[in-house]
Amino acid sequence: MLTFLMLLIIGCFLCLFRVAMGPTPPDRAVAIDTIGIMVVGICAIFGIVTGQDFYLNVAIAWALLAFIGTLALAKYLEGRGFDE
Amino acid sequence: MNSGVVPYILISIGVFFDLVGAIGLLRLPDVYNRLQAATKCVTLGTCLILVGVLVHSGWNAMGIKALLAAVFVLWTSPTGSHALARGAHIAGVPLWERSVVDKYREDTGH
Amino acid sequence: MDTLKRRLLDFTIIFGLWLLLTWSLDWQGLIVGAILAVLIAFFLSGLLPEKAGRLFSPVRWFWALVHMALLSFWIIVANFDVLYRVVHPNLPIRPGIVKIKTTLKSDQAKAFLANSITLTPGTLTVDVIGDSLYVHWINVHERLEDTEAMTRDIAGRFESTLRRVFD
Repeated sequence: MLTFLMLLIIGCFLCLFRVAMGPTPPDRAVAIDTIGIMVVGICAIFGIVTGQDFYLNVAIAWALLAFIGTLALAKYLEGRGFDE
Repeated sequence: MNSGVVPYILISIGVFFDLVGAIGLLRLPDVYNRLQAATKCVTLGTCLILVGVLVHSGWNAMGIKALLAAVFVLWTSPTGSHALARGAHIAGVPLWERSVVDKYREDTGH
Repeated sequence: MDTLKRRLLDFTIIFGLWLLLTWSLDWQGLIVGAILAVLIAFFLSGLLPEKAGRLFSPVRWFWALVHMALLSFWIIVANFDVLYRVVHPNLPIRPGIVKIKTTLKSDQAKAFLANSITLTPGTLTVDVIGDSLYVHWINVHERLEDTEAMTRDIAGRFESTLRRVFD
């Protein structure tokens, strides 16, 4: 289980490279959205490792917030051209 | 409840596809292709991890929450990626230079 | 279906979700959940669309299950497709945004069609305007002007089951 956790964290860091490199704002938004969904998986595996079910509550709340954050970012991108 | 090796198989396949999604995010050339790889792979990967948690723990509080989270991810992840693709196109992000066709720009002028 | 019945259905759905999430039959939890469900169901504008009576049709539920099975199969195919394209050293992609026409009528059916298209091999819905869908396709085939063939390739898998579920 800890191996899976390590691999998922490596995946999150790969996404962070995309956040850092860009090159456009939507690329960063996509990478942040991807990290958000991966963290749901990390929380679920944490739940198995520790045997505590409240990590799954964290996972559900995180999925909700990641979705709403993605929608907010998308609406923000629609409102403005990024060469301005 | 401990049902042997099945949850480990599900979780390892899920983690594998999550990593494929992350690599696709790094390798593909423009934001739309990256969205494709990231959405498909990370959705299936995370859903498989959550189903693995369900199989591992059985039908108790943890398993039910994992199932709800899986349904929720499966429902919202394509919606979010659709919103991001539309937002990126309206914000003026160009397609990759070797793209073939862009009907959306022809029809709506964004 | 009149408003009161729809609100009662809303209440049932929200309270059921509360029961699943808390997973206990403690009486204090039940009371708090019931109060919250009443507040949400009767004082907000409602969750369900007008034709919520369809929720009780077993035929529609059967076709929804068929659609889920079909969708699961294509999701797995899509993941191996992405795996092939990502690990291939030459990146075998030929992307573009194409336009397809759908024959589905209701908004829910179009929304589910767009989500299903996003999860299937090589396609991503960018926008839905009226009955035309703009789809980013990672491997556009040769006949660019042939809307019918592209519609068959992209949406044809799901339209028949979704029509039986929603229309």
